[in-house]
Amino acid sequence: MAPEKICDILKQRFPNAVTAAVLDARRPYATVAAEQWREVATCLRDDPRCAFNMLQCISAIDLLEDNRLAAVYDFFSVPIKGVGPCPRLKHHFAVRVVVDRDNPHIPSVSDIWPAADWHEREAFDMMGIVFDGHPDLTRILCPDDWEGFPLRKDYEFPTEYHGIPATTEHQLTNPRH
Amino acid sequence: MADTLLESQPDLMLDIDKSEQGDVRTEEMLVNMGPQHPATHGVLRVVLRTDGELVLEAVPHIGYLHRCAEKIGENLQPYQYIPYTDRMDYLAGMNNNQAFAIAIERLAGIEVPERAKYIRVIFAELNRIASHLVALGTYGLDMGAFTPFLYMFREREMILDLFESTCGARLTYSYINVGGVHDDFPDRFLDVLEEFLDYFEPKIEEYNQLLSYNHIFVKRTANVGVISPDDAVRWALTGPVLRGSGINWDLRKSTPYEIYDRFDFDIPIGLPGGSERIPRSVVVGDCWNRYFVRLVEMEQSCRIIRQAMKQIPEGKILANKLKNLKLPNDEVYVEIENPRGQLGFYIRGDGSAIPSRVKARGPSFCNISVLNHIGKGCLLADIPAIVGSIDIVMGECDR
Repeated sequence: MAPEKICDILKQRFPNAVTAAVLDARRPYATVAAEQWREVATCLRDDPRCAFNMLQCISAIDLLEDNRLAAVYDFFSVPIKGVGPCPRLKHHFAVRVVVDRDNPHIPSVSDIWPAADWHEREAFDMMGIVFDGHPDLTRILCPDDWEGFPLRKDYEFPTEYHGIPATTEHQLTNPRH
Repeated sequence: MADTLLESQPDLMLDIDKSEQGDVRTEEMLVNMGPQHPATHGVLRVVLRTDGELVLEAVPHIGYLHRCAEKIGENLQPYQYIPYTDRMDYLAGMNNNQAFAIAIERLAGIEVPERAKYIRVIFAELNRIASHLVALGTYGLDMGAFTPFLYMFREREMILDLFESTCGARLTYSYINVGGVHDDFPDRFLDVLEEFLDYFEPKIEEYNQLLSYNHIFVKRTANVGVISPDDAVRWALTGPVLRGSGINWDLRKSTPYEIYDRFDFDIPIGLPGGSERIPRSVVVGDCWNRYFVRLVEMEQSCRIIRQAMKQIPEGKILANKLKNLKLPNDEVYVEIENPRGQLGFYIRGDGSAIPSRVKARGPSFCNISVLNHIGKGCLLADIPAIVGSIDIVMGECDR
């Protein structure tokens, strides 16, 4: 199904949830309000016209110029009997949930798609987005006592970690971002 | 928990008198498996909560090989980042190069020459065979079979020689680059490749005799770690793990990228026991089926390579105008079929030469996350069988 139609279905069912949509780009996506994200996610999975049974990836991005963070969800509809109705569609769609940088809370969808579990932990670890309702929101790639969120654009690199120096002989500690 | 296992496997009950069971006091124990353990294929740590031989919980802990690959990607130009993709899934360097190159090409709108596309397919499929040979060989090793490992590494060595003759490297190739590939085949390469295929294809039957139908191997892997098709999709498992659960989904066929729509090949999927070539005790989605899907995939890769060798045209191998490449203010998400599953790259450009976000979706990362779900209730000795059948590479899991 064309991305315009998927977006229309969402707009029809949740008139206030879809705040923006980029549909003619290389990768079409809709922006969904964080408050209604769980209802929209359930609809994306269960509506037979969408039937997105596979959550491929959650990419957290830093929109520093807008003072915001975002999580981008990529779905695929795999033609098998799985969760929800059996799709014959093989289509792809993306949803972006944008939140405030100072208060980055997004409801967790790890019970809707279990695949979201580790992706949400990674987004929390790297970008500091808090997924409310996640069963075990802890750091996954960095050590538990790591400070800061490394993929944020304003991240300050530590100069040492447990006595291990992190500076080079050229004193380079901060890369471009 | 112990009772449910005994009920599901009546032959385990032997002569245990139910009335005496109350007297046997069992205690839960935490077992730390890894991060340095030969059966975890790298630095994976699994915390097992056990009751005797029974696993109640198997929680994977990752991150021991985290090298900030995504952060590095946000500070380098795309062609500088290609060597870092090699080091993600280091057993399938070609496929990783290809995934990143395709993502940048889609973002920047670069057209790849025809000959380069064919070279990419040939090397991607050869690397798939090499990667599966390691997966299957080490899986046999985990299950106590040493000989197949040596046989499979013998053949893998020949593939590495083919790679070395073209790009000079044997493990981290950085060969497939943005806009094409960086060297053409050496003289007589296609003849040597054909000799190799003629030699290799009969060997697959040898692996079957050595390992696939070995009684002990089948006992260790059949009906162990069963993943239902429903779970496989819910957990977004991909690659041989998904297809082992009986789902016909392969990006090379379902949403063809590059030139895969020009070739005729089959997608092997997990089959119930008793079908052709399948032992009777096997069920769909178990460890044996995941193993066998990889084995049959090698046959299909040979088919693709033979067709590509016939069709390959002469011509250029690198696109024009790659100097001072600027990435547009846009984003792409590209997935390709890696030997381990779907490797995705999410790339966001901001008008400069350096991407503002590089996100890699590693198939090992997603596939191993299901371990706790399927490891519950199995025996301690089954955990290496399950981890091995998922076939993870920690370099890509931790990035």
